[in-house]
Amino acid sequence: MNSPVPPGAALPDHPDFLWRTPEPKPSYDVVIVGGGGHGLATAHYLAQNHGITNVAVLERGWLAGGNMARNTTLIRSNYLWDESAAIYEHSLKLWEGLEDDLGYPILFSQRGVLNLAHTEQDVRDSVRRVEANRLNGIDAEWLGPDEVAKICPIVNVSDDIRYPVQGATYQPRAGIAKHDYVAWGFARRADEAGIDIIQDCEVTDFVVDGDRVTTVRTSRGDIACGTVALCAAGHTSVLLDRLGVRTPLQSHPLQALVSELLEPVHPTIVMSNAVHVYVSQAHKGELVMGAGVDGYNGYGQRGAFHVIERQMAAAVELFPVFARAHLLRSWAGIVDVTPDASPIVGHTPYANVLVNAGWGTGGFKATPGIGWAFADTVAHGRPHPLVAPFALDRFVTGALVDEHGAAGVAH
Amino acid sequence: MSRVDGYGRIDRTRTLAFTFDGVGYTAHPGDTLASALLAHGVTTLGTSIRLGRPRGVMGAWTEDPGGLVQIEEPFPEPMLLATTVDVVDGLVARGVAGQGRLAEVADTARYDHRHVHCDVLVVGAGPAGLVAARTAARAGLDVVLVDDRPTPGGTLTGTETVDGRPAPEWVDAVVAELAAAPHVTHLQATTAFGHYDDGFVLALERRGEGSDGGARARDHRIRAGRVVVAAGAIERPIVFEDDDRPGVMLASAARDLLHRHGVLAGREVVVFTVDDSAYAAALDLRQAGASVRVLDGRSEVPPGWTRRCAELDVPVEAGTDVRGTLGSDRVRAALVGESRREVPCDLLLVSGGWNPTAHLFSHVGGPLRWDPELVAFRPAGELPRTTVVGAANGTYALADVLREAGGEDAPTAPPEEITPRGMLWRTAGDPARQFVDIARDATVADIARAVGAGMTSVEHVKRYTTIGTAHDQGKTSGVLASGVTAELLGRPVESLGTTTFRPPFTPVPFAALAGRDRGDLFDPVRTTAVHAWHVAAGAVFEDVGQWKRARHYPAPGEDMAAAVLRECAAVRGSVGIMDGSTLGKIDVRGPDAGVLLDHLYTNLMSTLKVGRVRYGVMCGNDGMVFDDGTVLRLAEDRFLVTTTTGNAAHVLDWMEEWLQTEWPHLRVRLTSVTEQWSIFAVAGPRSRDVVGRVFGDVDVSNDAFGFMTWQDTTLDGVPVRLARISFSGELAFEVSVDAWHAPDLWARLVAAGAEDGITPYGTETMHVLRAEKGYPIIGQDTDGTVTPHDLGMSWAVSKKKPDFVGKRSFARPVATDPQRKQLVSLLPTDATTTLPEGSQIVALPDDGRLPPPPVPMLGHVTSSYRSAALGRPFALALVAGGRDRVGEVVGIPVGDMLIAAQIGGTVLVDPEGARRDG
Amino acid sequence: MQLITCPWCGPREETEFRYGGQADLAYPADPSALDDEQWARFLFFRDNPKGTFAERWCHDAGCRRWLRAVRDTRTYVFAETGPYGSFPRRSARPERSA
Repeated sequence: MNSPVPPGAALPDHPDFLWRTPEPKPSYDVVIVGGGGHGLATAHYLAQNHGITNVAVLERGWLAGGNMARNTTLIRSNYLWDESAAIYEHSLKLWEGLEDDLGYPILFSQRGVLNLAHTEQDVRDSVRRVEANRLNGIDAEWLGPDEVAKICPIVNVSDDIRYPVQGATYQPRAGIAKHDYVAWGFARRADEAGIDIIQDCEVTDFVVDGDRVTTVRTSRGDIACGTVALCAAGHTSVLLDRLGVRTPLQSHPLQALVSELLEPVHPTIVMSNAVHVYVSQAHKGELVMGAGVDGYNGYGQRGAFHVIERQMAAAVELFPVFARAHLLRSWAGIVDVTPDASPIVGHTPYANVLVNAGWGTGGFKATPGIGWAFADTVAHGRPHPLVAPFALDRFVTGALVDEHGAAGVAH
Repeated sequence: MSRVDGYGRIDRTRTLAFTFDGVGYTAHPGDTLASALLAHGVTTLGTSIRLGRPRGVMGAWTEDPGGLVQIEEPFPEPMLLATTVDVVDGLVARGVAGQGRLAEVADTARYDHRHVHCDVLVVGAGPAGLVAARTAARAGLDVVLVDDRPTPGGTLTGTETVDGRPAPEWVDAVVAELAAAPHVTHLQATTAFGHYDDGFVLALERRGEGSDGGARARDHRIRAGRVVVAAGAIERPIVFEDDDRPGVMLASAARDLLHRHGVLAGREVVVFTVDDSAYAAALDLRQAGASVRVLDGRSEVPPGWTRRCAELDVPVEAGTDVRGTLGSDRVRAALVGESRREVPCDLLLVSGGWNPTAHLFSHVGGPLRWDPELVAFRPAGELPRTTVVGAANGTYALADVLREAGGEDAPTAPPEEITPRGMLWRTAGDPARQFVDIARDATVADIARAVGAGMTSVEHVKRYTTIGTAHDQGKTSGVLASGVTAELLGRPVESLGTTTFRPPFTPVPFAALAGRDRGDLFDPVRTTAVHAWHVAAGAVFEDVGQWKRARHYPAPGEDMAAAVLRECAAVRGSVGIMDGSTLGKIDVRGPDAGVLLDHLYTNLMSTLKVGRVRYGVMCGNDGMVFDDGTVLRLAEDRFLVTTTTGNAAHVLDWMEEWLQTEWPHLRVRLTSVTEQWSIFAVAGPRSRDVVGRVFGDVDVSNDAFGFMTWQDTTLDGVPVRLARISFSGELAFEVSVDAWHAPDLWARLVAAGAEDGITPYGTETMHVLRAEKGYPIIGQDTDGTVTPHDLGMSWAVSKKKPDFVGKRSFARPVATDPQRKQLVSLLPTDATTTLPEGSQIVALPDDGRLPPPPVPMLGHVTSSYRSAALGRPFALALVAGGRDRVGEVVGIPVGDMLIAAQIGGTVLVDPEGARRDG
Repeated sequence: MQLITCPWCGPREETEFRYGGQADLAYPADPSALDDEQWARFLFFRDNPKGTFAERWCHDAGCRRWLRAVRDTRTYVFAETGPYGSFPRRSARPERSA
């Protein structure tokens, strides 16, 4: 009793003012559909990098209340393929300066990520990814079990588990951030720049003239638009269906959970694809975990409990000290996944409709990077080089960026 | 001591000893840590998370936002509420400041899962739940009744009467009737914490530390035809200045402590309420010996209750309120009314009304709506398989509760007069000292800041202020925050709603959810019929899918490299034997079996003659290789397909999917026979001698038993199949027998090979030998982005068949790019470096030094070994345009070095194939 | 976790089933006649409605038969399940053996 306030338990104060609640104007140069992290980051960089401020961000519910409020906040760039590594590394570099850029305490904490290997093939895939990362200028190391235990002493690296840890890849610059604050930081800067953030404004349809969308129909009236930038994650298909545009997107529930607040015990981020769990300890002290995507299509923002049970089994298997931590809250988001586990960014058959979707489990970490590149794409009407490989036509040519092949790591 | 005689369900004949914050105390069985400490006058249990303010017990049970403790003995457990911890002898606990501590060692307690099926699950054994369970039981239904507290009765602990009897007596009678009824399971100390679709409810039964060596907790996975939510309601506080001070308590909590534990939480009591229910607490505490004063925030006070108060000398003041408290670690006085008059007290009870505990209704999407008469959000609308009754449904008067839960079979209770409830979220005062969420130190001022910052949604307010995110998940603070926010925004509370109730209802230990799925039971371990022999032979195993496969058999003093060199040399020099039983095997039977296989393999299978074997490759629709193996034609209408070890189930699923969903008219049946057949590879120039010795009846000469043919035979009456299949390039036989006879046959082969020095070899040697021949391992040399052409296997892709799965994708632009990555070999030019598998390949700069990043990559090393046959290391690699680069020297970064290696064709040993026939 | 009604086995736990995505897509009669765009549509493009969706499920850990289901992707509630193939669809039919 009477112990001092525990480390990490206090959170920074928020600014006294975040954003206005404006009425929608009849027309905007750019209408961003989706007030999540990607939509808000796109708005911010449109203003900051391109001076485009006659912009509306339309959000059907409460701001950043979709996947932005539901993800497990992991940030890393140790992806296998050059195309993925480039956009995520660009994003990570922006994360490293984001607190200053936004003037907001987003609690970005570079505590490193361990991606565990449990089989001989995991080891090969891990080494392959580490070597690719290094050649791409991304910090990456391959660690043996003893080195894993040095970085994260609570991981069970002994042989007495079903799939013993053979080693891990390690990216020291990976980290976590406070998701809500990131969204609010972008929103505040966009609002300051004069961009209208409009909540409770659901896009219901589009008015089309030839190959252009002239007006966005919303639950709060019609809004004429120059460019439409879709940042609607799991709801992208619903919107594009209105335009008769088909994509390979599928929306699935993805669950996550937290424990109660605990004294610092887990200094880094640990991910295991083979055993299906990823976990970090957030600033207040709660363990934050996610697992695999629920198998079926779903927009319900809830998943099945056996997925959580499996995740708990994996957590206790890898971290025996977690046995009596408590599951405090579980929830689900809607992730939009693609056949190659890489996003779809760029043009649609409509000349002034651009899409940014399909980030699956990678959306949060990409937030500043894609906001930057998508804003540039919107501003110039051509794909920014970082997003060019993620055009929709890759599914026709077959030039996939297959991140869930053997060496891909989800989340 | 504040224990009062004549109250409580504790066993005063027995005394337990426990330690809290280093001080020893006593308790009785039936005590919670909270009741035992309060009995000793300990009101401050810990400090608050942000401000370091004292924190004490405020609620009776899981809704308590204040009394958090850390258990240290018998085993550390973080962040439990003192109100929910049963005292056991030797318990050691301490108060916490908002963060718990995990044990440093693994928990060895057992946790079980139990699957339960029933017609009706009743959640809550209060008045509503007991009646609902009794009614269902009397109807002959299978009933499960769960209640989270150790003893049943819910709020019927005190002075109510049911069917004219004292409530506790009635409770005992119902419990006895349920116990006697067939098909009723009644579990106390069991919390229904999650409700999912189709009547699926998770309930955690707490059975105590080391209970008879059995499980510490059981996770009941209940599938119910109907779920009756009778979970009661949670009292709501009213916000005022310094409302977080220990000694401020929900009225229901004080009453509960008295009737369950015989603890009088204060001697000088002030009750501040806007709801009739708090009067019961006032009277009960008065009768137990406290002096009590009621301050009713409503202008109209309930006449009946007021009359009874007068009889017991309990003053009632109407139209007033509590504005704040005085005291240090414990409340000393309430500040009352506009004048902030000091009213001395050591216990300040509060009731702002009740919130129905509708969590289990919300978990499955049940909507809540604001009921202005109830001054609460209550369930609205129907859900399949779910009924909400009693206080959980917003029905508070006991007689109504019983009628709602029991229908015509309901017991009776005296009618109650209800004075309209007041809606009071907070009283006037300094918002910075008005705590809304005591667990998070969040105040009205924090909400005001959030609203001032532009936030209009309760979800945003929750995130800005952290209200409702603590261990109690806002059980007392959630609706309060909506109310205060609505007031500050000048909007009706119904327009804001509440934040979403998410599972679990109360925190659940990770280990309880993991259950027995740990260690070897985390995922099934599959072993072959000969596993014991491998273990006895000292094999080192590797995990391949769920299988344990012998990787190598080190002799004393050997490391893996030495063992593998020895095993390889034995196979190429004489004979070796390997257990290949983990290969997937699928029996494909029916008149159209050949048609199906033609469509799924890239090459023709229907032309295979009975008695012969063909290698085949399978691709996905995208043209990428996903499995390979041999196919034996057993009869005109029957094939045996083998798959890779890790992919067996997937291949069977794949074949079934096509067969059932695309071509159901094909007359084919698929059966997995992986477990039924054991397969041993006997490989090496002396393998014919060994097999010939064991199977004297079989002519094993090359003429009689050609490569890629099979023959059936018997050994002592046991059917055995022999096949001339080689994955090493050597003369080799695959010997198949049913799993039951496999150990014996293995032993006979080993014995028969003794004179040739037959050597058991593992997967690593198998990998080296096949790599020397350029045979890829699917999943190691491929990664889902590799076509058969990339592997140099165009010979296995039919040009005759009009179509097969994957064929169309070969014509996509990207599939014909000459710069696709192709399988090649790499020979390190220093002839000594074994390249790490996974290494990337780059162009070798003139100066031999790696340029700064980004460095374009040409491909990667997929397999790499030391070769006994070649006397040097070698590797297989996927390299962009690799086949056109044969002879080229490339660079491979290894640590700080750049290793040069020359690209070559994939077949490094016996390229003319002279060895396979012996 | 839901109960899914297998047409042959009756209501069973969701964990016994494997999801197979959109139903009623036939393998093209002649893939070689399709251009790259058409082939890509068959390969990768699937409906993703928010609402009623006709799907394939396989009772993997039960009778191992495929079924067709109509389910609401918002509520996850199954409107119906039935044997796969009990509905009209066009499919390439590899000829039976003589």
